[in-house]
Amino acid sequence: MVGFYGIFTNCIWKINKMRDYIIRRILIVIPLLLAISILSFFIMQLSPGSYLDQMRMNPDISEDLIKEMEADFGLNKNIFLQYFSWLGQILQGNLGESFTYRIPVSQIIISRLFNTLILSLAAMLISWGVSIPIGIYSATHRYSWLDNIFSVFSFVGLSIPNFFFALLLLFAIVRFNLPLPINGMTSIMYNYLSPAEKVIDILKHLLVPALVLGTAGTATLMRQMRGQMLDVINMDYIRTARAKGLTERNVIYKHAFRNAINPMITIFGFQLSSLFSGAALTEIVTGWPGLGKMMLTAVRSKDLYLAMAGLMMGSLMLIIGNLAADILLALNDPRIKYN
Amino acid sequence: MENIVKNKPELTQNKNLWIKKLSHFYKNKFALTAAVIILFLYILVIFAPFFAPYSANKNFKDKFFHPPTEIHFWDENGLQTPFIYETEVQEGWAEYNINREKKHSLQFFHQGEEYQIFGLFKSDIHLFGIEDNIPIFILGSDNYGRDLFTRILYGGRVSLFIGFFAIFITTFIGLIAGGISGYYGGIIDSIMMRAAEVIMSIPSFYLLLALAAVLPLNISSTFRFFLIVSILAFQGWAGMARVIRGMVLSVKNEDYISAAKAIGAEDKRIIIKHILPATATYVIIRATVAIPGYIIMESGLSFIGLGIQEPSASWGNMLSSAQNITKMSDFPWLLLPGFFIFITVLSYNILGDGLRDAFDPKS
Repeated sequence: MVGFYGIFTNCIWKINKMRDYIIRRILIVIPLLLAISILSFFIMQLSPGSYLDQMRMNPDISEDLIKEMEADFGLNKNIFLQYFSWLGQILQGNLGESFTYRIPVSQIIISRLFNTLILSLAAMLISWGVSIPIGIYSATHRYSWLDNIFSVFSFVGLSIPNFFFALLLLFAIVRFNLPLPINGMTSIMYNYLSPAEKVIDILKHLLVPALVLGTAGTATLMRQMRGQMLDVINMDYIRTARAKGLTERNVIYKHAFRNAINPMITIFGFQLSSLFSGAALTEIVTGWPGLGKMMLTAVRSKDLYLAMAGLMMGSLMLIIGNLAADILLALNDPRIKYN
Repeated sequence: MENIVKNKPELTQNKNLWIKKLSHFYKNKFALTAAVIILFLYILVIFAPFFAPYSANKNFKDKFFHPPTEIHFWDENGLQTPFIYETEVQEGWAEYNINREKKHSLQFFHQGEEYQIFGLFKSDIHLFGIEDNIPIFILGSDNYGRDLFTRILYGGRVSLFIGFFAIFITTFIGLIAGGISGYYGGIIDSIMMRAAEVIMSIPSFYLLLALAAVLPLNISSTFRFFLIVSILAFQGWAGMARVIRGMVLSVKNEDYISAAKAIGAEDKRIIIKHILPATATYVIIRATVAIPGYIIMESGLSFIGLGIQEPSASWGNMLSSAQNITKMSDFPWLLLPGFFIFITVLSYNILGDGLRDAFDPKS
């Protein structure tokens, strides 16, 4: 307990010291987001035709309605005015309305973001939970046959494209009649299930996408962990610890492991980017209703505000993740100083 | 140390270093095998018209979703030259009967359709084929009755070369941006690095989606190929530029740069002749490591229908027909292009790892 309390107070003390740095980092986020929004907005505007063009081709929709929508969404104004009116709305907390779903974007995006976060979290749990023990084992039993097998697996996991791995898993489910769902997040019966069954139902649906995403992460993390451990194991203080007569277990877990895990925190930041990108394709293949799947629908149907919200939300998550990783690293490593 | 004592000229010293590193690489059996596989794949796709029995869009209308043709060596009379049995459509959907009566022997260096390889030379010799236009699908056929093996070879051209072109452009832009940014510093540096940061802050696949959706549908497949390459490069230059900038920063205060400046060399010359070559080893390794990423991204984009479009083949868009669960379970050979992506990416990863081991000064 005392140890934990010590770590906690140490963190508070460090956060106080780092306050300026953190505030500065957060202030940088604002122009960054602004630049991202400008870039995204103009990319979206580059695309030939608009959603209205598709509606015009539909004979059931009257010309009046299209005109009305044009005025509503400001699509008849020039690009710069459109951008600024969008920005103005965003600053007031209004993300605009989706052309396709005809409901406010914020309603769609929150549930989608939540789903992507669940998926990413599950994938992270799998990858960190699996890779750290394996990494330690591989480093302490270097070149043993199990270490070699793990290396081969990590190469395979690293090289198999997410969407193909997902396809293979789905194929296995169908071929061997496994009692697992192959699409979506909930089954048709979902609304009639008890709360406990609902959770189980979602977990069942989560299994394939989380496994796919988790494997990709495991491969990289495992190699990193092994490398870090190997670096640390050859240090003088490990020899000292052994010379003192500590048990091998204590040497590895109390001394080597704690030092090896430090740099892994930076990887957490890098991992987020690939996690989000990987999640997009996995979501599309497995039908998991996340942000990535929504982005595909949005860019395909030229649903401007929905796509913009998706891009901004994804970027925001990435920036927050990187910031969190930097701060965690600083808290954890006494050698890093920020002025 | 030894070299200095013997006072060897610098050129031979450098050469020895490279030979040493190369021999280190040759000893790595894994990496060497990977390099051979990659070379083999590239030869296969470059000479696709020769290795494939048909042209990319040749279709056998009544032979859609045909399972892989079995090649037999034995019949009632004992060992034979390789042959196949003709198949006939059964009543029902995509089910085929083997007709034991009709036997066709496999012809090597078969005369088939005429083709050109990169417009350089013409021929009509294919590695193998069957006479009388009897189809042979060694890896099965797709929903239009096109030979999967043929399309895998032609599609491989896209998948294998897209990474190559993309990394070439990325490296080029990265070198210029990183070089200028690191060398001059100040305001140019800030602007470039902020721009890189903006691109790196958007989840890469989201950015690719948005960019790929911009591409018009009615453009030629070659043009589309290069637009996708530029999209990949647009997304990828930022990371490269940042790292090169870091290296330039560390090199630019070396004595030989000051010497070049003192002689009065122009900035352009210093950057191109003195600073960038110092980053060469790193750039080569980084490029090898990055290629598989581009291959995966292209296949992902094509898979969801935003990359290479039908009727052109790419490993990604060939897989999209396997996205349908019933098709995938009934006709599992549709998943084969995925294995080609996997093998390619795996080989590149192993090769990149081997190169890093051999050339990285840190190891």
